[in-house]
Amino acid sequence: MKTICLYFEIHQPIHLKRYRFFDIGTDHYYYDDYENERIISELFERSYRPALQTMLDMIAENDKAFKVAFSISGVSLELIEQYAPEMLDLLGRLAASGCVEFLAEPYSHGLSSLGNTENFIAETKRQAKKIKQLFGQNPKVFRNSSLIYNDEIGATVADMGFKGVMVEGAKHILGWKSPHYIYSCAEDSRLSLILRDYKLSDDIGLRFNDASWSEYPLMADKWLGWVAGLPEGENVVGIMMELAALGYYQPLSSHILDFLRALPKLAKDMGIQFATPSEVLAKNKPVSPLEVIYPVSWNDEERDTSSMLGNGMQREAFNKLYDENIVGRILASRDRRIQQDWDRLQATENFRFMTTKNNGMGNYRGIYDSEYDAFTNYMNILGDFLKRVKDMFPDSVESDELNSLYTQIANMGEELNVKDNEISRLRARLKKLGSPEEEAPAPKEEPKAEPKPKKAEPKPKETKPAAKKEEPKKAKPVAKKPAAKKAAPKAAPKAKPVAKKPVAKKPVAKKAKK
Amino acid sequence: MKVLMFGWEFPPKIYGGLAVASYGITKGLSLQGDVETTFCMPKPTGQEEGFLKIINMSQVPVVWRDVWYDNIKDRFIGHTAEDYYRFRDHLYADFNYLQGLDDMGCIGFAGGYPGNLHEEINNFSIIAGVLARSEDFNIIHAHDWLTYPAGVHAKMVSGKPLCIHVHATDFDRSRGKVNPTVYSIEKNGMDHADCIMCVSELTRQTVINQYHQDPRKCVAMHNAVYPLSEEIRSIVPNKKKGEKVVTYLGRITMQKGPEYFLEAAKRVLERSRNIRFCFAGSGDMMSAMIELAASYGIADRCHFPGFQRGKQVYECYKNSDVFVMPSVSEPFGIAPLEAMQCGCPSIISKQSGCGEILKNVIKVDYWDINAMADAIYSICQYDALHDYLAEEGMKEVDQITWEKVGLRIRECYNQLIGRGWFDNQEYLNAVRNI
Repeated sequence: MKTICLYFEIHQPIHLKRYRFFDIGTDHYYYDDYENERIISELFERSYRPALQTMLDMIAENDKAFKVAFSISGVSLELIEQYAPEMLDLLGRLAASGCVEFLAEPYSHGLSSLGNTENFIAETKRQAKKIKQLFGQNPKVFRNSSLIYNDEIGATVADMGFKGVMVEGAKHILGWKSPHYIYSCAEDSRLSLILRDYKLSDDIGLRFNDASWSEYPLMADKWLGWVAGLPEGENVVGIMMELAALGYYQPLSSHILDFLRALPKLAKDMGIQFATPSEVLAKNKPVSPLEVIYPVSWNDEERDTSSMLGNGMQREAFNKLYDENIVGRILASRDRRIQQDWDRLQATENFRFMTTKNNGMGNYRGIYDSEYDAFTNYMNILGDFLKRVKDMFPDSVESDELNSLYTQIANMGEELNVKDNEISRLRARLKKLGSPEEEAPAPKEEPKAEPKPKKAEPKPKETKPAAKKEEPKKAKPVAKKPAAKKAAPKAAPKAKPVAKKPVAKKPVAKKAKK
Repeated sequence: MKVLMFGWEFPPKIYGGLAVASYGITKGLSLQGDVETTFCMPKPTGQEEGFLKIINMSQVPVVWRDVWYDNIKDRFIGHTAEDYYRFRDHLYADFNYLQGLDDMGCIGFAGGYPGNLHEEINNFSIIAGVLARSEDFNIIHAHDWLTYPAGVHAKMVSGKPLCIHVHATDFDRSRGKVNPTVYSIEKNGMDHADCIMCVSELTRQTVINQYHQDPRKCVAMHNAVYPLSEEIRSIVPNKKKGEKVVTYLGRITMQKGPEYFLEAAKRVLERSRNIRFCFAGSGDMMSAMIELAASYGIADRCHFPGFQRGKQVYECYKNSDVFVMPSVSEPFGIAPLEAMQCGCPSIISKQSGCGEILKNVIKVDYWDINAMADAIYSICQYDALHDYLAEEGMKEVDQITWEKVGLRIRECYNQLIGRGWFDNQEYLNAVRNI
């Protein structure tokens, strides 16, 4: 049975403001708030809201036969939280329907997979955590920014525990192979690859409203006919695009949402089903390993990283950004503003704006006139940012030294964690021994006390989420707990975490100052 | 195909960009093999290259004088004594009233841009009448406003199509406050022309809007550059380590915007002192600029080496890290192309015509001194940007050749000769692949 694995990327560039070199050292705010608000609200009105609403309707109409996956970069989630909070509600409803899977991706939507593995792992985990907080799902499938992938990245992703990864079905990696099978990573067979069929994806995302295209106008039955006409055994069709393609790149007036809406019913008649990436991976086993030596992405005709790292300017910016000393210092720092700026400066569009490639479609450069303008502005901002990072720790401190200090702190944190658990366990035992009459609540407390400190621990360690993020975080667990565990005594769980948090925080904070 | 071309300057005697452009255009045409160019100029030196026929307007008779062949045959620079007698057979009116006739019945020219320029322009056009009657040609091509009257006269006499080449307009030179005499000469020339070649789209728009010409007969004909000679390529740059040089090269006058360059320099120097600013050139605003630099306290970092000629120009480019052309209004501006040939990244104003055909340069508005300062600073600061612009710029500018310009001009000639009128849209379709 043919299966369509539909996946949408939700990411919007965070526009940097005009930043002259004489601002370096005096102005530490880098963003064009007006442009950011304008773009995200416009996108939400024209694309995200109608598209997500349509998908909700489709799930209801088709008796949950319509499945879809999303990945949202952390930086875009921050923007959405700030400027289009209604969207979180829509996404939450989609998540609750059970037909939607959220994927993990690097928090910054950046190039850390190519620049710094340590940072790559850290920010992917951060992203997964944020998805868990907001939508209650633990991402099991990974997709990289711009679908960048090679064997090394695959191995790293597999080590993080992901089951699958989305990869561009580029001709130069597939050769004679078909993108309609599941493959496995050449370096780690635990990881399966779902390939994007760029022809069928671009038919919708790129050409749908192109009147000069020979297949225009595209109808749902025609498109599904192409899927159904694939050779026997080619069962998985990865359709991946930006969500903004629905309604923004392809305007609503092109009836792209009607096209989408017509898909599930027609697909059912033709014997085609929809599935989320995890479902696809559960049903289909990899047919063979797929070797990808050089990174591929879904950008441009070449489908490589040349639109992001193709010229000397881009590589210069990239090398400055992922300088080992710098990344070490940032990962070590607990400064939220540094963290947030770091996330936003990593985003791929900063590099894409500097491209000098002629891709035949015209380059979108945001607020910039030209690639040189983009480079100059970015480097000025980066200059200021790097200066701030260096100012946090004296230059004389070697990064190795810094690293060892920080591993020491991290180890101490872990030690404390272990000790905390020990204490709570002993306390519980003490209680048990001391008051045998109160046996009933004690066993309930025991399992709860152990996971709690674990959750409290990573927070002070990373301290990444901005103040705004914490609001929903706190609101959700509070709202959910009583619903999930009604039987639990209310007084006991509330008292515990409150008492524990300061215990966990204090020693860590002291060490950081040293 | 025979072209009668009127020009005021031609190498080796160079007064400004006009000589270089005239040379490039005639050379580009001559490479096609079947174009014969007769170039008429006021006062050749005799050292012009031999790929085209030069007519010395100072030695074309306008009144009949009985002179012996043996007496005069060695006196000619440019054309020959045989040509002289042929011209003498085509006198068309009595110009004995004219002042300054010599023994051969010719009017002398001082050459260059003397005080009695308008008189010389008029004399030039009188002589053009003689040439138009005696020479055989298919088309007339007149360079810059000084030769428009001659071109118009030749057209009146011969009925052949007239093509005029606008290298600059008085609107560029005067920031809008035009000299009415110059304007009327320019306007008259354009009104009579069958095809107006402008050195950029910017100039084309000026011609259309300020001189009220039909857009269909105006065409943007961008200039090009000649590959560097071995002598120039072998110049070894003399750069000091840890110090950057930013160069402005051109006349120091209002049209070229030197004050914006100085303002940008001030902003850059506030942040970084290891950059030097070089104002190469002379002009009416030079002393004002020196005073301004002194009053900003950056005189130690600003250098005024004066007018540069010949090889010095290229030495200047080679020793620079950034070339800036902040022109307020520049019809084309060949300097950035030359700088790029020498591997020097360029920053040009958006009001410069050459920006229309250049991609690997940084373009800023001439008044946006912050952007200009930012661009200067980042080229000096980030080697990646400098190297990229230097490398790609050199590649790009190597593709801009006079040969291609010659082919485009040829397309215009073909249209004019073939059916007598010119259409810009058809031209654009025809030259798409050149």
